[in-house]
Amino acid sequence: MTDALDNDPGTRPAPTGGDDRRRPTVVVTTVASDSHTWNLVFLQLLLEELGCHVVNLGPCVPDELLLERCREARPAAVVVSTVNGHGHQDGLRVVRRLRADDLLAATPVVIGGKLGVDGDSTSHAAELMAAGFDAVFEDGAETLTAFRRFVGALEGTSQGALEPHHTEHTIGVPV
Amino acid sequence: MTTQHPTDPSPGAAPSVAGAVRAAGARTAPGRPALSGIRPGFGAFVREHGGHGRLVVQPRMGFADAGAMRDGLAATRAARARTVGTVTLDSHTRVGWLEAAASALRDGVPLNGYPIVTHPAAVTGRMLSGIRDEHFPVQVRHGSARPLRIFRTLAELGLDASEGGPVSYCLPYGRTPLADAVAEWAAACELYAGLREFGLEPHLESFGGCMLGQLCPPSQLVAISVLEALFFARHGVRSVSVSYAQQTSAAQDREAVAALRLLCSELLPTDDWHVVVYAYMGVYPRTPHGARALLGQAADLAVRTGAERLIVKTTAESLRIPTIEENVEALEYAAGAVAGAPPPPVPFAASVAATDTYREAAALVDAVLDLHPDLSRALLLAFRKGYLDIPYCLHPDNRGSTRSYIDADGWLRWEDTGALPIGHLVEPSRSRAVTCAGLLADLTHVSTRADEAALAASRELPSG
Ligand code: B12
Repeated sequence: MTDALDNDPGTRPAPTGGDDRRRPTVVVTTVASDSHTWNLVFLQLLLEELGCHVVNLGPCVPDELLLERCREARPAAVVVSTVNGHGHQDGLRVVRRLRADDLLAATPVVIGGKLGVDGDSTSHAAELMAAGFDAVFEDGAETLTAFRRFVGALEGTSQGALEPHHTEHTIGVPV
Repeated sequence: MTTQHPTDPSPGAAPSVAGAVRAAGARTAPGRPALSGIRPGFGAFVREHGGHGRLVVQPRMGFADAGAMRDGLAATRAARARTVGTVTLDSHTRVGWLEAAASALRDGVPLNGYPIVTHPAAVTGRMLSGIRDEHFPVQVRHGSARPLRIFRTLAELGLDASEGGPVSYCLPYGRTPLADAVAEWAAACELYAGLREFGLEPHLESFGGCMLGQLCPPSQLVAISVLEALFFARHGVRSVSVSYAQQTSAAQDREAVAALRLLCSELLPTDDWHVVVYAYMGVYPRTPHGARALLGQAADLAVRTGAERLIVKTTAESLRIPTIEENVEALEYAAGAVAGAPPPPVPFAASVAATDTYREAAALVDAVLDLHPDLSRALLLAFRKGYLDIPYCLHPDNRGSTRSYIDADGWLRWEDTGALPIGHLVEPSRSRAVTCAGLLADLTHVSTRADEAALAASRELPSG
């Protein structure tokens, strides 16, 4: 079983010259139906600048692939980003599957973006939190500040000031 | 072979077009030899009512519920503008995950479009009946790299206009290997071309003028649009349109549409082609004023370049799926903004051919066509060799060695041409490190400018 994006995750050189072993690995992903990628590139750059090692799974990630990659990477956190409006439906299903997996049941998993099709008139946060997300970042003025705080609390990031990390980014999914 | 959600496994199977076309209100009278009387379709309608300073305007509209979809089409038809209708499909259908579409319909979970494969044919037939006719053609817009299942449904419903392309619906839309998309798109075109046997003239629009919506320099958008239109034609579709999405500079955009028209007139083996301009496809302004101003500029671009059709964006674009009313407002605003525009002068071919955009686009198209006589093979080789390469595209079949930047005059330029065969045409620029802040600045260049202009204008109004 192969997928175009689904080759060995370890073969692409790490995106930084820094010591990767001390940097927390964060999986950046979207949900199965969502093809938007600028959000994923943006989050990858942001997380790398905050001192994380990022595994970016790219667009339209099937549930099985996400589980498989997370089991391999054993990340410090999983960041789900989705903007196509299906996030509330796809997100509920994904987090239940992650929580049902012994290896991943306790991994911090967050979701953010545009989670429904009607802007901010319906909040999906409570339902998504109840299903197992650790945090929900719906679009709003304070969203990114709150997200930086969440990342800063992960072990191994440059806590506190969260000075931009000097990073050579290699944009792309692991090949 | 792949882990994608299953799409139809039998690309070659014959569609059951015959019965279905008739059931859906066939246009050929029973017993009449079909080939003798092909009805003019979407392409003919747009060419009749658009161009020479006139615009056919179209929304990007799609609702899960058949009643809402029908209301949307009816409102589009009734708008004070020359319109065509759109049925935009939802994302589950796009990736072929029909179970998710079905469960959403069952549970009343809102979708971002109309699940045409999941709704029974009779439901879609009723949804369209009495609204879609020769005065109001309807196009189905989807975004599927493996489109056969969708095209089979369209054929069965007698829906003769759609869009996409083997490249433009693959690289920006997911993880399907390009080779699979090319093969399935070839089969889909051939299936669609078969509608002629039933008296319809199927129309396909290339989505190549969009490619990720933003930060792809115009010459490559033009090249991909032309190549995909050629692909459609080579697979039997005779009525085509080419697209161009508004970018960062009005002057550069006019140059690009002129280049697109010239290349089409040189290369397409049919006269039945037209140009569709898309209002900005990247991060959209947040203020209603900014959003309308940008739409007005897109309409201006379209009429000044002789484009026949314009697809609008609404004031809700930056936030959520727009309502029917917001769509109608955008259609009427765009049409009103350019009503009475004079027919644009036809540019001299020689001066178009001397522009940077034309020269780069022509070099890209020629290099790709020279790679292999079979266009499917040529497209695959082109991406493998980096002759086509989309900036910031995460798809594994994209090389990822090109970068773009916005220059001081607002033109979208090549920062790094990678292996594109245009190195001799492009002045090298200093390449900057990609940073999160830098990327966001480029992505929001257009929206920030439009929002700031809107705010400045509102400050100039007398307060009170
Ligand atoms: C570019 C674009 C596209 C491109 C995408 C190309 C690509 N490969 O990425 C194309 C043209 C292909 C496209 C296609 C579609 N799109 Co689109 N697209 C956009 C657009 C115009 C800009 C998105 C963008 O580039 N943003 C830049 C990035 C950096 O920011 P962002 O994604 O907005 O994310 C920000 C925040 O949400 C937040 N964030 C995001 N995720 C997360 C996660 C966490 C943890 C945190 C903390 C924050 C966070 O951070 C970001 C920076 O502030 C938006 C509308 C807009 N914003 O103007 C529509 C939009 C997102 N698209 C939309 C839709 C529906 C689609 C389609 C389904 C087509 C359709 N029915 O209209 C298809 C998608 C098919 C699919 N299978 O998913 C809708 C979603 C509606 C909704 N949620 O209510 C939007 C809002 C447009 C609209 N108003 O209808 N699209």
